[in-house]
Amino acid sequence: MSFLEYAPAPESTAILDLKPEYGLFIGNEFVPGSGESFVTISPATEKPIARIANGDAADVDRAVAAARRAYDKTWSRMSGRDRGKYLFRIARLVQERARELAVAESLDNGKPIKESRDVDVPLVAAWFFYYAGWADKLDHAGLGANPRSLGVAAQVIPWNFPLLMLAWKIAPALAAGNTVVLKPAETTSLTALLFAEIVQQADLPAGVVNIVTGAGETGRLLVNHPDVNKVAFTGSTAVGREIARSTAGTGKKLTLELGGKAANIVFDDAPIDQAIEGIVNGIFFNQGHVCCAGSRLLVQESIHDDVVDRLKSRLETLRVGDPLDKNTDVGAINSAEQLARIRELSEIGEAEGAERWSPACDLPENGFWFAPTIFTNVSTSHRIAREEIFGPVLSVLSFRTPAEAIAKANNTPYGLSAGIWSDKGSRILAVADKLRAGVIWANTFNRFDPASPFGGYKESGYGREGGRQGLAAYLKGGLK
Amino acid sequence: MTIDRAVSPAQRALEVLGDDLTESTLKRYLDGIPGVDAVGLEQRAAALGTRSIKTTSKAWALDRIIELIDLTTLEGADTPGKVRSLVAKALVPDAGDPSTPRVAAVCVYGDMVPYAVEALGTAHSAGTDEGVNVAAVATAFPSGRASLAVKLADTADAVAAGADEIDMVIDRGAFLSGRYGLVFDEIVAVKEACRRADGSFAHLKVILETGELNTYDNVRRASWLSILAGGDFIKTSTGKVSPAATLPVTLLMLEVVRDWNRLTGEKIGVKPAGGIRSSKDAIKYLVTVAETVGEEWLQPHLFRFGASSLLNDVLLQRQKLRTGHYSGADYVTID
Repeated sequence: MSFLEYAPAPESTAILDLKPEYGLFIGNEFVPGSGESFVTISPATEKPIARIANGDAADVDRAVAAARRAYDKTWSRMSGRDRGKYLFRIARLVQERARELAVAESLDNGKPIKESRDVDVPLVAAWFFYYAGWADKLDHAGLGANPRSLGVAAQVIPWNFPLLMLAWKIAPALAAGNTVVLKPAETTSLTALLFAEIVQQADLPAGVVNIVTGAGETGRLLVNHPDVNKVAFTGSTAVGREIARSTAGTGKKLTLELGGKAANIVFDDAPIDQAIEGIVNGIFFNQGHVCCAGSRLLVQESIHDDVVDRLKSRLETLRVGDPLDKNTDVGAINSAEQLARIRELSEIGEAEGAERWSPACDLPENGFWFAPTIFTNVSTSHRIAREEIFGPVLSVLSFRTPAEAIAKANNTPYGLSAGIWSDKGSRILAVADKLRAGVIWANTFNRFDPASPFGGYKESGYGREGGRQGLAAYLKGGLK
Repeated sequence: MTIDRAVSPAQRALEVLGDDLTESTLKRYLDGIPGVDAVGLEQRAAALGTRSIKTTSKAWALDRIIELIDLTTLEGADTPGKVRSLVAKALVPDAGDPSTPRVAAVCVYGDMVPYAVEALGTAHSAGTDEGVNVAAVATAFPSGRASLAVKLADTADAVAAGADEIDMVIDRGAFLSGRYGLVFDEIVAVKEACRRADGSFAHLKVILETGELNTYDNVRRASWLSILAGGDFIKTSTGKVSPAATLPVTLLMLEVVRDWNRLTGEKIGVKPAGGIRSSKDAIKYLVTVAETVGEEWLQPHLFRFGASSLLNDVLLQRQKLRTGHYSGADYVTID
């Protein structure tokens, strides 16, 4: 056995105390759902984890009513300082239960434990700490004196960062004085339900946070509910469009965080080894299930071959496998459906003439797996260069001049993020200035901070999450 | 106008830089190497440090760490007796467990080489692949502040006394003031001084003293320079300056070695030295080596740890793996 085949180092699931069946979380209690419940499975093994309730129209009514009651009776009347205390309490409980949450997230979502442990859960705590601090300082958020909360927020989140997206949604909403009804993604409800336990532990007033599990239909019912004042959605552009249409004219405030096809631009003077790491992190982090993933690599032609060579040898060391193994770099694809989409687009990429390459890696028999993949010889017109694949698939394109890099980077209907790699500060600033993307990383990629606003241009959505701007999405008026 | 001084016609530099080898072509070459992003480098090193090495992998790693150690004593207070005791430890690290491997080399000051050679006796490798090497620090270690003639005499003396490896220091002052040619020439001259009477060479380890070079860009340039001038190994530190070896610096040097291998097919060794005291830290280095240049580098002729207290911690960890419980400092010998 070679040293590099590190002996298995699995994180134990003994820390989890899961129930066989979870209800909906309404008014601080778990109640049975009226729809037909479904089973959530581990994408790495396809083994069932727990039964999850399915909320129907009556359930959504109950949840929104509970949120409305909590808003009218307690939360909107509570001082910011007291709301902050609850949020601080949640943040501390998240930290206390960090290992448990990380294990549950990796089990249910398929992401490597090192990412849920070192990225997702710490950021969840950071988000609650950050917005806890804002709760009693809303007067200073730039929205004028005593800005007003909106009411009940309907929040629908995706499966790629289940608990983190929950935190992005719930923390600012509560800090601003709103109550929430949140619907997690169908395949990844588990950590939201553990979070519901944390809400109970934190003794939050009943109805401030409600969690209604279910599929797309439950989400539709929730965002279309007439007693909802705010809709926040993270997910696909197609669903985002539908929500924008259905909320138009209703007076509901809307924020959308949708897809992306980010350009990661590597100039010939880039710190090359760090750029390689950044490219890998940009597209293979979380199996590429990242809306801001750097899925289009734009490399200056003079270093194109060298970068591709280095990238390939780096990919040989990526460890694909059991998400709960502490040495796993790339975990399982979240669902059979997503795997089928990644496969389909990859096959189209090959058919369109791009050159496909993957490192040699043994994929487990059960579960949903896709080897890290690079496409070279990609043209801007190829579908793999235009459509969001949402998987561990990188399209490599080249450019000759900064102007060409900017033009190619902007030539997409999306505009969520972009990356620039160069040793020259002036070039980074000049290029960043011309890129139409909400987040631009320089000499790094996929870094998140609660103080930094996040959101898109064009078809990547509107509204910002994080920072002072993230508060504005949950308060009346706009930033002044 | 400056006169473009020629630098010594070292074979590797001639092959890579071409025949018009001058100080300015050397400087241009070194300055043309891509920069290092400090934040990214340190993140990568930290990520490699989170690998979880358990059970069989850990057992293998602990044995391999011992086999890669240059067991070192570099004190003004060293005596022949101290060196003999060090050699005894090198040969039998753990008297309670005969399966414990030997270390790669003992590393001493030049005047202690004869005692080390004598104490090793038949166990001395003496130019063969079997046995324990004797490494000597030379060239006015650790500061390197002496004339070239003294440095060369220092080196030749240690080689004549039987040293298999020479750990030289570069002139950091010259490097920091941009006189790359001077640093280069010194390495070439020391390499020549490593030549034995029979025409073979003692292995040359070039100590960059990264704690004094200060920036990662400097470390990268100094690594390339040392390799171009003919170093067999590049070594982080003397152990006398803080910070000594760090994981990011070692990662960076390994990247240079990997790039040199891509360029020429030749394999250069790396030796982090100073400050690596625990098995846990040493395992992080093994992971970094394996995932950067490949597992092939985890051999004594391509990777070493310059350390003294590390050995005892590894022995304690080995005992723990064997018996299932921790013993304590009194169950390993002090040397």
